[in-house]
Amino acid sequence: MNSAFTASPFVGKTFGVTVSRLHKSFGRATVLTDINLDVKPGEIFCIMGPSGSGKSVLLKHIAGLETATSGEVRIGEFDAADPETRNKIHLALVFQAGALFSSLSVYDNLALYPREHRQGNEAGIRERVMHALSILSLEKAVHKFPSDLSGGMKKRVAIARALVMEPQLLLYDEPTSELDPVMSATLTEIIATLREQTAVTSIVVTHDRDLAFNIADRLAFVMDGRIRGLGLPADFKSPADPVIANFLNPVIDLKNPRFKQLENHHE
Amino acid sequence: MNLPTAILSHIGGTLLLLVRTLKYLPTLPRQFPRFMEHCYLIGYTSLPIVTILSFFIGSVLALQSGYSMENFGAKQFIGTLVGLTMARELGPVMVAILITGRVGSAVTAELASMKVYQEIDALVTMNIPPERMLVLPRLAAVLVMMPVLAIIANLCGWYGGALVCQYTHFISVDSEAYFSALKLYMKPRDIVDGLIKAEFFGFVIMLVCCYIGLNTRGGPREIGASVTKAVVTSLILILVLDYFVTKALLFT
Ligand SMILES: Nc1ncnc2c1ncn2[C@@H]1O[C@H](COP(=O)(O)OP(=O)(O)OP(=O)(O)O)[C@@H](O)[C@H]1O
Ligand SMILES: [Mg+2]
Repeated sequence: MNSAFTASPFVGKTFGVTVSRLHKSFGRATVLTDINLDVKPGEIFCIMGPSGSGKSVLLKHIAGLETATSGEVRIGEFDAADPETRNKIHLALVFQAGALFSSLSVYDNLALYPREHRQGNEAGIRERVMHALSILSLEKAVHKFPSDLSGGMKKRVAIARALVMEPQLLLYDEPTSELDPVMSATLTEIIATLREQTAVTSIVVTHDRDLAFNIADRLAFVMDGRIRGLGLPADFKSPADPVIANFLNPVIDLKNPRFKQLENHHE
Repeated sequence: MNLPTAILSHIGGTLLLLVRTLKYLPTLPRQFPRFMEHCYLIGYTSLPIVTILSFFIGSVLALQSGYSMENFGAKQFIGTLVGLTMARELGPVMVAILITGRVGSAVTAELASMKVYQEIDALVTMNIPPERMLVLPRLAAVLVMMPVLAIIANLCGWYGGALVCQYTHFISVDSEAYFSALKLYMKPRDIVDGLIKAEFFGFVIMLVCCYIGLNTRGGPREIGASVTKAVVTSLILILVLDYFVTKALLFT
């Protein structure tokens, strides 16, 4: 990657994220219980956990898209739930489902942020956009619309859109879930390189063990809306907690499939 | 939540949306392309249906009044009746109803689907306020286009009435007599009142449709529900507010 991503005036200023005693319920359903996290500035922090455990909801709290039932999330010294915070900190969220603007072409999806924030002229914006697209091998899709893209392409456009924003805090919600192995490897490199060049803080929610173990400075496991484990990747190479061990290395036993066991369980 | 509190909270929400949108008024000049795009969608693409419908409304108005006024020899005032009715009442109300159906529903559907598919959330994380990018240009465009559409509706309605008066055998008031009656009893104030009404309706429709679209929650099915809600609410508001605006305009 070249200097196109170091042109931002925000490079260098970086923020940690503190989640304290966060609870969240939707009506009667409790989704998050007593979440405490302390992500350091410039850190790559991975969050893993089973489907439905509350990872996306946690990420939305950090992005200020959900309000906590109790507890709080701080980015640096700012309250994540306060709309004013967005004028002080530039964060980008790669949505699990992409959340591309369906009425805009791929190019305009990426150019929207710099245009709306009046960051330079159209030529400069074009260079930034094309650079981000080339990193994710999307040059051929520039003029396509989101409805004409495959799932993995949408995800890549979403990632490229976040890169163009040159954020100080980058949140990824399962960035590799729809990518092929080569693209996943590329993304691993992107996340690591970005941190090196811009000191951005990254929080990566993922099911992808390779991604997590390759780039994470620290890892957290969320299960049933609680933090089940937190530590260095090395700590989880052979985890003591049997639940985490089983999550990371599920035993495939074709003789005794899980769903049969489930049936027995209900009897 | 019971109904009165729900209604109050929606009124509050709508007003809040208006305040938040007005805060971005200074950004309007640099959103000129977006503003023009909505002018095109609201104004230009509505032209055919506005012309056709107002032409026939004027015609039918002349036909009905010709039939009833013939009985007491007041045929020479048909022009006055059609002229005033179109300008003060039917022109603005009909344009408002058309805009609800053609534009309001589309706006709600678009914003609701952006909400459901997290595009609004994406805008918020990008620190691009939806009020600035999505609501303000539409509101400005509707304010510019409503009077234009209302004037066109008036003209088409008047000419529709004139044609019917001239060529219907039991009326046969020629268009010269028709238009001189129309001019004789119509003050500029009557036309201005109609345009004020159109402006007011357009503003309310757009604000309500944006509010309902942006406050959609749930899945794709909710998009349809929001559109229905937006259209029904707008229609009710047009006809209820019409009474009060008319009254206010008549006594000022
Ligand atoms: N808006 C909402 N209203 C009600 N319940 C919700 C809402 N959003 C999420 N949930 C519930 O919260 C729980 C956690 O959802 P979340 O999307 O955070 O899971 P996740 O850990 O991201 O799973 P996955 O790995 O499948 O993406 C789920 O049970 C979900 O049904
Ligand atoms: Mg998720």
